[in-house]
Amino acid sequence: MTEATLADLVILSCAQAWRHDGEVMATGIGPLPRLGTALAKTLYNPLLQTTDGECFYGDQPIAPGKRTGPVVYEGYANYDRVFSALWGGRRHAMVGPVQFDRFGQANISVIGDHDKPKSAMLGARGFPGNSIIHPNSFFFPSHSTRALIAGEVDFVCMAGYNPARYLNGKPPAGLDLRIIVTNLCVMDFGGPDHQVRVVSLHPGVTFDEVQANTGFPLAHSAEPLPETAVPTDDELAVIARLDPNGVRTTIFKDNPPARRAA
Amino acid sequence: MTFDKRMSAADVVGQLSDGMTIGIGGWATRRKPMALVREILRSDVKDLTVVSYGGPDVGLLCAAGKVKKLVFAFVSLDHYPLEPHFRAARQSGSIAVLELDEGLFHWGLRAAAMHLPFLPTRVGIGTDILNQSGFAFKTVKSPYADGEELVAMPALNLDVALIHAQRSDEKGNLLVTSPDPFFDELFARAAPQVYASVEQVVTTAELDMATNARFALVERARITGIVEAPFGAHPTSANPDYHLDLRHLKTYVESAASPEAWAAYRQAFVDVDDAQYLTAVGGADALRALPRPVY
Repeated sequence: MTEATLADLVILSCAQAWRHDGEVMATGIGPLPRLGTALAKTLYNPLLQTTDGECFYGDQPIAPGKRTGPVVYEGYANYDRVFSALWGGRRHAMVGPVQFDRFGQANISVIGDHDKPKSAMLGARGFPGNSIIHPNSFFFPSHSTRALIAGEVDFVCMAGYNPARYLNGKPPAGLDLRIIVTNLCVMDFGGPDHQVRVVSLHPGVTFDEVQANTGFPLAHSAEPLPETAVPTDDELAVIARLDPNGVRTTIFKDNPPARRAA
Repeated sequence: MTFDKRMSAADVVGQLSDGMTIGIGGWATRRKPMALVREILRSDVKDLTVVSYGGPDVGLLCAAGKVKKLVFAFVSLDHYPLEPHFRAARQSGSIAVLELDEGLFHWGLRAAAMHLPFLPTRVGIGTDILNQSGFAFKTVKSPYADGEELVAMPALNLDVALIHAQRSDEKGNLLVTSPDPFFDELFARAAPQVYASVEQVVTTAELDMATNARFALVERARITGIVEAPFGAHPTSANPDYHLDLRHLKTYVESAASPEAWAAYRQAFVDVDDAQYLTAVGGADALRALPRPVY
């Protein structure tokens, strides 16, 4: 029997995002969200379409890292097609922004002033379109007030539930922010007026610890808050099969167990 | 009657002038016309507006001080997510920018390709894309019963487009045999002058269009000139002919560490001729043997 790691628990938590999505393109940016798509496709929702991160849909989930065996492709996911597909709304992405605020607005462009940034990062990529067309979820490997910030993000790449930015007072039709998985907890937007609320705490984590590491006030989904599900032995075996390169063991420092040492 | 669009990289750059808007095809670390970009670095052309799904093409042009304005949705080296020369240019405030969503960028190219002033979209609503100092986005109201207010993405009209393809004939019939053609067709339609570097110029019969038509990028009337440039996309990939050179990319990233490091990179890999470049990056056999990267 193997002990579940925090990475395993995060993968299982991420997988819940796509559980009831039906036949959509599932995109997980970064190894743990990507393994989350793989686990969701394997355990819950075989209708999901996942890619090799480059240009093709895989018949089965394609492991992060080097190829360890033959891969069967089932479709074409060149960028033109991906844009067309996402404009149709049949996609659910999980992304890892650098900054994120109480509205669910997210930033990967710049820290500081846009004309002369303190730190220039990637650029908005596909975030603006994604955010108002198809469902989005989030992953933060380091839950902190540097990532989940007070105030608003420095450059809004993803639209959020911020009425001040709505056009003609109406939220964008496709705005649909789902879950937020971090190294401490799982959250959603189910509080009053889409307030971010904690829905489960990872084993050994308290609400106060989560709140202290978050720059905006959080709601509770229940009192007391449930514990995030720790993967069972069967689930761990599936996760291990989906990640033959062990990429998941490299994400968190020292690859800690899911249950914190007392 | 035959015609021949072959020319040298220097001939292409000779067609450029200060202040032009130049679109560059490919995507991040994939199929960038790098030999043409390096030729721009060796020229005295300046004050360019560069329109690119950016990778080391943008970084090199920034490092050499060629960029006045950048139109982009990202600049990235994929395996090195942050492009160091682009970052330095942004953080010094030395370049103006129009930052777009990837799909909005596509829409601007498509508007230009269709000779339309704009195309409507919802993309940008709710974000700071619409609140930049560099451009005042406008909205339009649907004239139909829905009456929806939409963003008017302006045409990204180019003066020149530079792209890289695997094969062409002398007439400019191009084959892009990579798995993803990206938006090179739209770049080719958004500019009155289009120059393509190609791995190899072959006869029209050797293009075998009956088999390869799906790889034909655009009708040759759009193509102004062809530059035969083997490994002309290096260090980016021109899969299936060769893959991304991650080792060179590391050298390139390290060239941003100091002015001295950039000067050394420039001397070794930019201020050289094609044969010297190929030797400096390890030779043809080594490049053909580069492993396929995973994304």
